[in-house]
Amino acid sequence: MAGSRLHRAAFGVAVTGAYGLILAPVLAVIVISVFAQEIVSFPPSGITLAWYANAWERREFARGFLTSLQLALGATAIGVPLGTAAALALSRARLGRFRGGLNTLLLGPLAVPGVVAGTALYLFYVRAEFWIDDDIKGTLPGLVAAHVLLTIPWTVRLVLASLQGLDRAAEEAAANLGARPFTVFRRITLPMLRPGVVAACLFSFIQSFENLELTLLLVGPGRTTLPVAMLNYLEFRVDPTLAAVATVQIALVGALMLITDRFVSLSRVV
Amino acid sequence: MGTLTLDGLCRRYATTTAVERVDLEVAEGEFVALLGPSGCGKTTTLRMVAGFVAPSSGRILIAGRDVTHAPPHGRDTGMVFQSYALFPHMTVGENVAFGLEMRKVARAERDARVREVLRLARLDGLGDRLPRQLSGGQQQRVALARALVVNPAVFLLDEPLSNLDAKLRAEVRIEIRALQQRLGLTTLFVTHDQEEALTMADRLVVMERGRVRQIGTAEALYERPADAFVAGFIGRCNLLRGTPEAPGQFRTASGALLPCLPQPARPGDILALRPERIALRAAGDGLPARLAAVTYLGAQTEYHLDLAGTRLVAVAPTPAEGDARRGLAPGDAVLAHWDPAEARLLPAEPGDLLDDQA
Repeated sequence: MAGSRLHRAAFGVAVTGAYGLILAPVLAVIVISVFAQEIVSFPPSGITLAWYANAWERREFARGFLTSLQLALGATAIGVPLGTAAALALSRARLGRFRGGLNTLLLGPLAVPGVVAGTALYLFYVRAEFWIDDDIKGTLPGLVAAHVLLTIPWTVRLVLASLQGLDRAAEEAAANLGARPFTVFRRITLPMLRPGVVAACLFSFIQSFENLELTLLLVGPGRTTLPVAMLNYLEFRVDPTLAAVATVQIALVGALMLITDRFVSLSRVV
Repeated sequence: MGTLTLDGLCRRYATTTAVERVDLEVAEGEFVALLGPSGCGKTTTLRMVAGFVAPSSGRILIAGRDVTHAPPHGRDTGMVFQSYALFPHMTVGENVAFGLEMRKVARAERDARVREVLRLARLDGLGDRLPRQLSGGQQQRVALARALVVNPAVFLLDEPLSNLDAKLRAEVRIEIRALQQRLGLTTLFVTHDQEEALTMADRLVVMERGRVRQIGTAEALYERPADAFVAGFIGRCNLLRGTPEAPGQFRTASGALLPCLPQPARPGDILALRPERIALRAAGDGLPARLAAVTYLGAQTEYHLDLAGTRLVAVAPTPAEGDARRGLAPGDAVLAHWDPAEARLLPAEPGDLLDDQA
């Protein structure tokens, strides 16, 4: 009995410790965002919302937020359908010995460090701009194209997992009842994959919205994402304004996850 | 409703043959069961009829139309899957209406037909539920209703009872059979359960390793099996290896001489004898045997006989209290008697399991 109680206590400590480790930075950011003094020190000299007001007044954050939002929505809207199609091909097409290579290729962006991929894309964009005689760096389409790369590995993984649990007999039943292949896909396959696709949208959006490394070299004057704007700000000043911006970001992502979880149980998909 | 014809149907894979030359005629309104152990090709045959597996050669005709190369959605079959394969994101009503929707049946008629078939399947009032809110038996009836509502030319059932518990299975068996007869459905049914096949089907097709071993009514298969495999697969049977000596005499591998049906040509060298056709006597005609074991099974008692080294199983209704045979015990001497017409000589193929190999 004593042993089991000891075990339970140890387990409780471990769980609390793990959660603490995960949540500590998040909580720290939120707390710091209301500290009154400019240089962060403890205890705070007072509590204020002034940093939120400051963040709101600095146009680079508002514009960065807008760019990041457009970018994340665009990359998700393009990347999730592409990734879903790729997952379908991976699980169903007769790919033979190409399957392994294709799988690795599609998951590749996860394995390449963001800065390296960003540099490669930068060099590619410079060359491509020369060919088409138009801007790609620092434009929204250029950024969206880059961020689609971030969304594909997540989508492929999540949709593949959903496909593995899918009862193919349901598709056969639909065909047996007279549905043509595209109707089967639209009416049966896609709705049955919904949890995976919804989760893929969520993760794609977050990946794109928070990405810094890949984006760093691809932004241009007047086209800066929120994470890059935060980094730029950091080069000149260190004050809790950044914590305020980060808190807003955390709230947005958290809200997104909560809303998504209402439609599909994330813990079952991921 | 229509007829179904399989003409020399084959399915070969790179290294194996799943189905080899299946010829079958299913008459309009007839219920035919494909029966065999797992891997015998029965499911592949059914899936070829539905259009999910392309035949390597041979033809499939539904209501006289050659559908060998038609896609599944153009075949007019109604299939019930082993897993039921209900659409989890649609209500019961939407599931059942799906086939009518695909056939572009007008809204009002669709609703009426869905209501009618739900009533037929005893699912009234459940039209707005989702499949996961139903019991296994109800889900099974939704799958039946969904396949039936479109009036398919051929009704296909792929082990539809295997996910139900034993009591429900016996009920649904009777229900499906009654429905099939009332609606005159041409039906092809796949099962590995011989009791299911015997109780439901007009005719049975016994398959083994891709080939049809025998086609016939339950009685024909039981009384006149074509070979040792069918004899052993349908019901219980003593199957003894040996050689026919004189007409009506069979010498078992272990040396006993047993009376059998005198058959003109030499049909085979396996003696098949049903356990319940062997009578045990104290005196009179019969072969002397020693009881090796007696197993009381309630209504029946099983007697393991030793005839000079040849093992036979006999089954008889358990004798009443006071009957001398009630006291039979291992070691007792008895006389085993059977009508020679009950002991048939059958051919066997390598791999067919015989009693004396066990």
